[in-house]
Amino acid sequence: MSVVTLQIGQCGNQVGGQLFAGLIEDTQTKLSQVNVSPKANNDYIEAVYDRFFTCSDKPGNLPEAKAVMVDMEPKAIAQTCYEAKKSGLWKYPENQQFYQKRGSGNNWAHGYKVHGPAAEERIMGMIQKEAEKCDNLSGFMTFMSLAGGTGSGVGTYITQCVKDEFPHAFLLNQVVWPYSMGEVIVQNYNAVLTLSHLYQCADAMLVMENDQLHKICSQLLNIKKIGFKDINKVICHKLMGVLLPALTEKHSGYETSNSLGEMLEHLAPMPDYKLLTIKNIPQMSDTSKVFSTYQWHGLLKHLRQMLIANAAMEEGIDWQVRLEDSRRSLANTLILRGKELDNIDTSHFSDPRLYPSWSLQDTNLSVYRQPRIFSNYDKCATLITNNKSPIVSLNSVIDKAWNMFSSRAYTHQYVKHGLNEEDFVDSFVVLEQVVASYNNL
Amino acid sequence: MTQSVVVQVGQCGNQIGCRFWDLALREHATVNKDGTYDESLSSFFRNVDSRFDDPTDIPLDQGTGKIKSLKARAVLVDMEEGVVSEMMKGPLREVFDFKQLLTDVSGAGNNWAVGHKMYGSQYREHISDIIRRAAEFCDCLQCFFVLHSMGGGTGSGVGTFILNLLEEEYPDVYRFVTAVYPSIDDDVITSPYNSVLAMRELTEKADCVLPIENQALTSLVNKINQALPPLKTGKRMYSNVGGEVKQGSAITTNDGSVVVKPTDEKPFDSMNNIVANLLLNMTSSARFEGSLNVDLNEITMNLVPFPRLHYLVSSQSPLYTLADIHLPPRRLDQMFSDAFSKDYQLLKSDPKHSLYLACALMVRGNVEVSDVRRNIERLKPNLNFIHWNTEGWKTGLCSVPPVGQSYSLLTLANNTCIHNNFTDLKDRFVKLYKRKAHIHHYTHVEGMEMSDFSQSLESLNSIIQEYSDLEKQMYNIPASEPRLQVVT
Repeated sequence: MSVVTLQIGQCGNQVGGQLFAGLIEDTQTKLSQVNVSPKANNDYIEAVYDRFFTCSDKPGNLPEAKAVMVDMEPKAIAQTCYEAKKSGLWKYPENQQFYQKRGSGNNWAHGYKVHGPAAEERIMGMIQKEAEKCDNLSGFMTFMSLAGGTGSGVGTYITQCVKDEFPHAFLLNQVVWPYSMGEVIVQNYNAVLTLSHLYQCADAMLVMENDQLHKICSQLLNIKKIGFKDINKVICHKLMGVLLPALTEKHSGYETSNSLGEMLEHLAPMPDYKLLTIKNIPQMSDTSKVFSTYQWHGLLKHLRQMLIANAAMEEGIDWQVRLEDSRRSLANTLILRGKELDNIDTSHFSDPRLYPSWSLQDTNLSVYRQPRIFSNYDKCATLITNNKSPIVSLNSVIDKAWNMFSSRAYTHQYVKHGLNEEDFVDSFVVLEQVVASYNNL
Repeated sequence: MTQSVVVQVGQCGNQIGCRFWDLALREHATVNKDGTYDESLSSFFRNVDSRFDDPTDIPLDQGTGKIKSLKARAVLVDMEEGVVSEMMKGPLREVFDFKQLLTDVSGAGNNWAVGHKMYGSQYREHISDIIRRAAEFCDCLQCFFVLHSMGGGTGSGVGTFILNLLEEEYPDVYRFVTAVYPSIDDDVITSPYNSVLAMRELTEKADCVLPIENQALTSLVNKINQALPPLKTGKRMYSNVGGEVKQGSAITTNDGSVVVKPTDEKPFDSMNNIVANLLLNMTSSARFEGSLNVDLNEITMNLVPFPRLHYLVSSQSPLYTLADIHLPPRRLDQMFSDAFSKDYQLLKSDPKHSLYLACALMVRGNVEVSDVRRNIERLKPNLNFIHWNTEGWKTGLCSVPPVGQSYSLLTLANNTCIHNNFTDLKDRFVKLYKRKAHIHHYTHVEGMEMSDFSQSLESLNSIIQEYSDLEKQMYNIPASEPRLQVVT
């Protein structure tokens, strides 16, 4: 099952590039370090290539990422392609890059109403071409930010087009939430407009918050001068924990892999609940990995408390929060990678108190396993959850945007490109509904 | 990459323009050592094959071709010959395109109506042609920078006429105006009339205006001159605390430029250099690489919350670099503090004690995101932001520092303090207007009506009103509308 990725805007292209580099790096891990048989390792590598790359039969050809790159200015795409080529291990497909000269200037309406429709035909042609290269298309993954104009505006528009063109494909949008302050002044408007529109076409949104990622960089990874590259690496580590192959026993004796569709069907069963977050453990700098050992019991205990206390990372979890006070999840997917996978007790994650009373108890949790070692962690666990955790940030974004909108500040910039005030109000309505739904879980 | 065209009008506009092109060449020469015609150079310059009579453009291609002959993307307009013809005789003549030039001999006589109504209609076709010529050489034209003064006749009159023309013919191209406002002791009696008449046009037609006051420039120049070692040395001077000023680092300096030798420096040059640096710093993030680029369209998007309130107060720091290269980090923090002090503004104003609607920090040189975040945290408690935009910061990081400095900061603020400057101007206008002094000079000009005066005054009044209404919200925050309720 293959996934076509769409990298949109400066942020989307940087994250996408980082992800493919990470995937390739993972397949290159020495056999002595992966803890599986050569045959299992080969199957695994095959599965990674099958999902994310197009490999030609001719020897000497590098694998090509199944990706379409879109940006309204050339700089970011050129840089990302250059870095891929420099690695010598993979590359982007030729002529699947769409860029123009003038950016969207942080204006969602400029991206959505002007750049998007103007570029639709060519971009959809590229997407079509990329989809046709897949034997078995499972869905599309889009990388974009919420703050800027291109990623958010064009990204939203293209997602809608993809939904129309491929109504049966699964759509997952990975969105990067901006820092709460200092990047772009109109970021809250852009975020509100993007999320509300995506809610109507994507199957789910995977939310990554820059503020939390920044904390992970400084506290867990001990990076002194944090740049966007470091933040993107953390994003990719989380994504790879989810996307790399793993298996689950759906019915006894019948195993399925963690394909995009399989996971989304499980995690986003209802149209009101589409926000996903990833929590992973452990996470540390490479130098500390050597000195650390873990037991599954301890890891999962921490991970569960991260879920209950809504902590973004393993450090500084509030252990006082009890299960009864916590917010419930709609669904969880647990992916375990590493040694000693047999006999792990995951029953704590299927505790009915974690889920709303009306949900079906035996379908709340799905657990995938992969014995191959990931990123040099002996054992590591990744949890994708559909719960209330993004609502705090969402609430504050709506608050700020609504406050600004009450004074009608900056709205003329959007009206100029054909967006009405009613469109704003509609977007607010959609998101208020989302907040209310999650609060009722 | 996008291109910009500079339209310089009148004596003041052309003098600033002259300094701008000179310093732009100096900046690119410093960054671009091997003389290639690259993307950043293409934003303000054409590379031409000057062997032809009408020099043809050498395409940018991969950005690796050699520079043959550079032509500024400039349009020069003046209704007198003096300044422009002097530029055309000087060392910069090679840079300008003679086909993008318009002069007359008689001048506009410090009369907005003569510039705007008479010369405007007379030269409309011609102006339109030379601007189109400049625009057609651009591959993706993003912005017009219009430079002119507000007090005189040509700058304010023809300058705002051109602004109208640009809005009509290039509605999608941004229009940034750098307008030099007259000082209180201005020698032109009619300057308040000209300024107010011109301001109506700026309010209606420009996307963004950077008002500059001569008084503020003068005091900045004095501040720098006090720190600079005297040129003619008799005794050796030992300077006080911070050490000596590094040569060529002051933002008023001409060092390393093509045109000016120290001996024939003109009195306004150091003031104009400050304005030229403002333009360079503002466009640096669009021209050079950096980890957080700010394109020109992002400036208006982030700083203009309401369409008419597009007057931005600017400040630059440091004014010069000390020769001592061992920089303690607090000097970097000092740069941020200085930029918010009233002594560093290019307009006599005090933004710190008024209300910010939005603020952009455009940083150049070796400054990291974490430095900027630290300083925002530090400065924020002492600044007032409007209640719906308490986190209204926009940051840009450009990795190429200005010539002679290792880092620099340009702040652009949409601040309500500007209504004080506008009120001063209005008072001066009303003083004349009450007695109908000099009005007949204006109404004699064909097309000029008395209603032009009253409507311009009205327009100015409403701008003042809008800014001061917002300022009142500083201590008197109106109750916000409740958020939408969802029926569950």
